[in-house]
Amino acid sequence: MADPMRIRAKMEGDKVDVRVLMSHEMETGQRKDAKGAVIPAWFIQNVTATHNGKTVLAAEWGPAVAKNPFLAFKFSGGKVGDKVIVTWVDNKGDKRTDEATISAG
Amino acid sequence: MNSSRRKVLQGTGGAAVLGLAMAAGLFKPGSAWAQGAAWNKAAFDTKSLNDAVKAMGGAAATESKDIAFVNTPDIAENGAVVPFTIASKIPKTEQIALLVEKNPNILVASFSIPDGTEPWINTRAKMGQTSNVIALVKADGKYYYAAKEVKVTLGGCGG
Repeated sequence: MADPMRIRAKMEGDKVDVRVLMSHEMETGQRKDAKGAVIPAWFIQNVTATHNGKTVLAAEWGPAVAKNPFLAFKFSGGKVGDKVIVTWVDNKGDKRTDEATISAG
Repeated sequence: MNSSRRKVLQGTGGAAVLGLAMAAGLFKPGSAWAQGAAWNKAAFDTKSLNDAVKAMGGAAATESKDIAFVNTPDIAENGAVVPFTIASKIPKTEQIALLVEKNPNILVASFSIPDGTEPWINTRAKMGQTSNVIALVKADGKYYYAAKEVKVTLGGCGG
């Protein structure tokens, strides 16, 4: 099981500012180890964020997203106390879901 | 030994069990998981902007001044972690993608922007070398792009 995400959701005016820091190797599949063998690609492919059951962001990622990926976005319609749920799935089928409560700005 | 229970288990088989599980709502079609499962492999295999747009189902992208790189560096000291913020002013923006021209595969990430979400994305990407980076935006079914050169002093892919 992968390490938890760090999610921060904060009101910014009438919008919710969401910042997510994931813990993932994001191996590109381009690198070689000391023996010259290719290190297989291992990266997050899908990220979905939902608020009250509605998808507020859906992302498809390739291996060129940086290691331990950071993602920030903003959506409207949220209020203090609501939950934002973020899920990622990687190319090995591993997944991780974490949530954060929206705080006042 | 409860033999009738055994018969029931043998007789029903996997499909019926799956059907029961679905009826019980364990697998909800259209849930976050089902949406998250879509991954456009063809688009992530492309090497050029035109091919990426085609793989996403578009025809061609037109250059637009309404797409901006905000707080994106002109020179990145470390190609392994280059911050990008992309903002689109095009009405009905439904998708924002980030492409790095000289990476082994051009497409880095693609974000679908539902109604109510700002056409604004901040993330970090790897860059192998100095390259043009492209922000691709799909709005009202059409594709638009903006490009910017980012110089990399230390590569992020192997090196």
